[in-house]
Amino acid sequence: MRFRPAFPETMLGVFMIGFAVVVAYATAAIPQSTYAKIGPAVVPWAITAGLFVLGILLTLEGLRGGWWHDEATQLDWRGILWLGAGLLSNLVLIDGVEFGGKQLVPAFGFILSSTLLFACTARAFGSPNFLRDGAIGFTLALVAYVGFDRVLGYQIGSGLVERFI
Amino acid sequence: MDTFSQLMQGFAIALTPINLLWCLVGVAVGTAIGVLPGLGPALTIALLLPITTKVDPTAAFILFAGIYYGAMYGGSTTSILLNTPGESANIVTSLEGNKMARKGRAGAALATAAIGSFVAGTIGTIGITFMAEPVVKLALKFGPAEYFSLMMLCFITVAAVLGNSAIRGLTALFVGMFLGMIGVDNQSGQLRFTFGVTELYDGINVIVVAVGLFAIGETLWLATRPKEQQEEVLEVKDSIMMNREDWRRSWKPWLRGSLIGFPIGAMPAGGAEIPTFLSYSLEKKLSEKPEEFGHGAIEGVAGPEAANNASAAGVLVPMLALGLPTSATAAVMLSAFQSYGINPGPQLLSTNGALVWGLIASLYIGNAMLLVLNLPLVGLWVKMLKIPAPHLYGGILIFATIGTYGISRSVVDLMLLYAVGVMGFFMRRFDFPTAPVIIGMILGPLAEMNFRQAMTISQGDPMIFIQKPLSLFLLVLAALALLGPALWGLTKRWRGVTGEA
Repeated sequence: MRFRPAFPETMLGVFMIGFAVVVAYATAAIPQSTYAKIGPAVVPWAITAGLFVLGILLTLEGLRGGWWHDEATQLDWRGILWLGAGLLSNLVLIDGVEFGGKQLVPAFGFILSSTLLFACTARAFGSPNFLRDGAIGFTLALVAYVGFDRVLGYQIGSGLVERFI
Repeated sequence: MDTFSQLMQGFAIALTPINLLWCLVGVAVGTAIGVLPGLGPALTIALLLPITTKVDPTAAFILFAGIYYGAMYGGSTTSILLNTPGESANIVTSLEGNKMARKGRAGAALATAAIGSFVAGTIGTIGITFMAEPVVKLALKFGPAEYFSLMMLCFITVAAVLGNSAIRGLTALFVGMFLGMIGVDNQSGQLRFTFGVTELYDGINVIVVAVGLFAIGETLWLATRPKEQQEEVLEVKDSIMMNREDWRRSWKPWLRGSLIGFPIGAMPAGGAEIPTFLSYSLEKKLSEKPEEFGHGAIEGVAGPEAANNASAAGVLVPMLALGLPTSATAAVMLSAFQSYGINPGPQLLSTNGALVWGLIASLYIGNAMLLVLNLPLVGLWVKMLKIPAPHLYGGILIFATIGTYGISRSVVDLMLLYAVGVMGFFMRRFDFPTAPVIIGMILGPLAEMNFRQAMTISQGDPMIFIQKPLSLFLLVLAALALLGPALWGLTKRWRGVTGEA
């Protein structure tokens, strides 16, 4: 057997072992209960053991050269950044950010934060016209808001645009 | 006769105007998401789960089943015209279907796929009609021990046998079971795996996980790849019809595909890929013109497409009769039952007979609607294929936000969604299957419940699982499925070594 480790797969295996350790700590924290024959921690321990063994097997497979997987010749970093920015802005804008009793970012609401998310995602996928995408995103978010919030009764909350609908 | 009269009562429920409307909406939405690459029935049903608080269960399940059937029809359109199968079950269809379309025979390929789907869907639904009660009768003899062992078998086949790698499949399954354990334990009231986060006390919503894996993960994965020019959508130049020769070459593959697909779908293993591959190789062997395979043989579209739909119908048998989901979509539907407080399982047919028979009747109706939607109206769906990718994925992310933030208004859920999405990205990149995560998450707690009940009955003696013959049989099957391939490889290697000596 040739010893030619594949770095990403090995890291993934080690990560899974680490994850199993975290799960083990969380399992140890489950209080025992005297009600049932089988306490609440029994199956979690089995899951911990399974994750641990699988982590080791994945690491071994990685050390032996890994397995076939998708290796994009090069990552599209521009795409990753645009998409990441879109998702992050959605997290921050949709409900605003409050810290220490101060409203750092006002709650823009679903429609505006989705507009930005849509435009950023479209940019990540190579669309050139940011403003046009924003307009499409705004229309789609508006229609989706009315459909889901007003017709189907989801609770998407209020925001800068929503309060006028 | 009893089955027949109950089915008639089901039709009485399914044929009310409002339920017909739900069915039509379901099959139309299903076809649309089946056509669009990147959207699947599991994701769509997850996004629509919150309506379970608004409409009655019969309507919701007619809608969901329509989406489920419709997605199978829509998927074939994409794989014929675009050559990028939306779902793994459609890979085989694209082998011959896309070649036919390139030769200007797209219309015939679409027609044999749609009619084949209708034939198989109808045969599959007849199968559900007549298998539901016998399976339920068998299942009523199951105690918790048998159920637990059956679930173990299901876990092993879904995670270890169906994918590319048993280790990666099982890893996905265990991660899913971990996610399913989060929150308050129903039996002891103790908190598990909440890491002190109050938002996790009620557990993680399956919507967050399904949408994170299928929508966010997929979008992240595609966004990181170099953007190729969008693949051209092939024009449908001929009419959507089959000539006499096409019919002659199609009808047997339809029937054979249905007969392969339904039983495999109905087994605790499920999975739509295996029957399509089986049907493809069978048709290649039986064909009068095997040389046409690889260059657009109509049998290679007709057979696998029928197998695909029949197995989709088959998956509903263990789902409705046993409460055992064997695909991600079935697992999401199971969680819909749970949100109504309905216990899927052998009691379902007796306690909610009207719901089940109404659902089955709606499958017949939905199939007929789908034939119309996908033959004369196929042009409509072809237009959807021309939506540019930037707008498609932008839209998917908006709907992902609605499905999670829109029901809880919790930014924590949004963060969880993105975290699961990042996990989905790595799973996709490193060739981990995602369906076992959903199945483990839904079925894991149910397996635990049966395990505890069985152990309570036996007063803590684990031997109960091997003392009951049926339970032992299921566990042996599971062990064989898990260790069989490895043992076989070992004996082969051992023989190789002795052979050299």
